[in-house]
Amino acid sequence: MSNRYALNKELAQMLKGGVIMDVTTPEQAKIAEEAGACAVMALERIPADIRAAGGVSRMSDPAMIKGIQDAVSIPVMAKVRIGHFVEAQILQALEIDYIDESEVLSPADDKYHIDKTVFEVPFVCGAKDLGEALRRINEGASMIRTKGEPGTGDVIQAVRHIRMMTSEIRRIQSLTQNELFQAAKELMVPYDLIKYVHENGKLPVVNFAAGGVATPADAALMMQLGAEGVFVGSGIFKSGNPAKRAAAIVQAVTNYNDPALLAKLSANLGEAMVGINEQEINLLMAERGK
Amino acid sequence: MKIGVVAVQGAFIEHQRTLNKLNVENFLIRQKKDLEQPFDGLIFPGGESTAMGKLFTELDLFEPLDKLIKSGFPVFGTCAGLILIAEKLSNDDKKYFASMPITVKRNAYGRQLGSFETKSAFADIGEVPMVFIRAPYIDEVRGDTKILATVDGHIVAARYHNQLGTAFHPELTDDVSVHKYFIDMIAKKV
Repeated sequence: MSNRYALNKELAQMLKGGVIMDVTTPEQAKIAEEAGACAVMALERIPADIRAAGGVSRMSDPAMIKGIQDAVSIPVMAKVRIGHFVEAQILQALEIDYIDESEVLSPADDKYHIDKTVFEVPFVCGAKDLGEALRRINEGASMIRTKGEPGTGDVIQAVRHIRMMTSEIRRIQSLTQNELFQAAKELMVPYDLIKYVHENGKLPVVNFAAGGVATPADAALMMQLGAEGVFVGSGIFKSGNPAKRAAAIVQAVTNYNDPALLAKLSANLGEAMVGINEQEINLLMAERGK
Repeated sequence: MKIGVVAVQGAFIEHQRTLNKLNVENFLIRQKKDLEQPFDGLIFPGGESTAMGKLFTELDLFEPLDKLIKSGFPVFGTCAGLILIAEKLSNDDKKYFASMPITVKRNAYGRQLGSFETKSAFADIGEVPMVFIRAPYIDEVRGDTKILATVDGHIVAARYHNQLGTAFHPELTDDVSVHKYFIDMIAKKV
C-alpha cells in the first residue's frame, strides 16, 4: 500500500463523526462551515435541482470550485462523472481535498470506473452493497458512502444500502477459510479485501451515509445503523432555514444515541425539503456504475 | 488513571485504541454530563477545529472544559486539538481555549496533497513516526513552553506545564510512545 493511499484514508478518518454538506456558492460554504460541517462538497447544482433540470450533468466549473476553496478552511470535495478520469485530473490540478466519483452526475463510462490508484488526491465512491464497496476500494477509493437516492429527501435507499452492507459484513465474518475464496469470487473482489472484512468486521476504509438525509432524525438513524458520518446534499439548502437545520444535523450526528437531545434538535427547524418518494422518481441514480 | 477523549467530531476512536493498548482506562466525552465522573486527563483529537468549536458551544461543553484546562488539568491536543488549545492562530481570527502560549498556523502544509508521513525525534524518547494530515505547525512558542519536536525547521510538538500539543497524529500509528509521554506527564514522571 502506497504511503499516499494511507494518508488519503487517514484524511477520511478525520472526517468521522461529522457532516459533509453540498454547497453551490462561497456564501453557502461559509454557512456550512459556521454550522459545523467537517467538509463541503462544491457543486454547481444540488442533486434536487439536477434531478429537476434533467439533461447531462457534469463536473462543476473550476472557477466556482476555487471560489469555495478560498472561502473556507475545511476540506473541499467535488464530484466527477463515473469513469471520467480527465475531470478527475482537472480536480487534482485544483488541489481538491477529495474527489467524489459520483452517480449524481451523468456517467461518462458505463463499464469502467476511474483507476483511482494513479491519482494522488483521495476518492470517495458510492456503494449499495459490500461487493460494490470492495470493488471501488480495489480501484483505489479511500472512502465509501452509501448510494441513497440523491435529491429526493427520501432516506429509504440509504437505509437499504447500509443495512445490506452491515448484514453482508456479518455474513463474511461467519465464513470459514474455504468459503472466503468462494465469497471473493461471488462478490468479484480480491481475496485480500474479503479477508480484511472477515478479520475486522468492517470495511478497510471509512464508510459514510449519503442520499436522502433531510432531518436530524435521518442523520441519527444512519449513525445508529453503523455509518461513521453523514453527507447531506439537498436536505439543507432546500429547506426553510438552512443554517439552523445544518447545525441541528451536525449535533445529531455527534449525539445520535440521545433521543432527548434529538427531540430538542428536531424542534422548530422550519420547513424540511419537500422531497419525492422513491416510487415517484423516474431516474434511479443508484443504478449508475456497479 | 482515567482519560476522557473529547468525541464531538473526528478521530477519537483512534485515541481510544491507543489508550487501550497502554491499558489506560478511558471514556468518550460527547456532552456536558459526561464530565461528571472523576478522571485525570483530557485528549482533543484530530478532526475539524471549526466543527468541534461550534459543537462545544452548542452542547454547553465550552465553559466546563475551559475551566478545567485553565485550572491546570492535564490536556493533550493532536492536530485540530492543538489548534483548540493554542493561544493564537497566525492565519485565522478564531480562538478556542487559547490556554497554551503558542502561535499555530492552520493548514500550514496546504491542502490534502501536502499531507505526509515522516519520522523525527520526540522529547528524549527518540524517533517516532509522525503522520501529518492537512496539518498545522507551531509558528512560535512563548513563556515556559518547551519544544519537543521539529520537522524541517518547524515546531510540531510542544509542552507547556500540563498541556501537550502535537501537529501530527500519534494515534494513527502503532507507536504508543507519545501517548505514554502524556500518561507519564500526568503521573509527573516527565
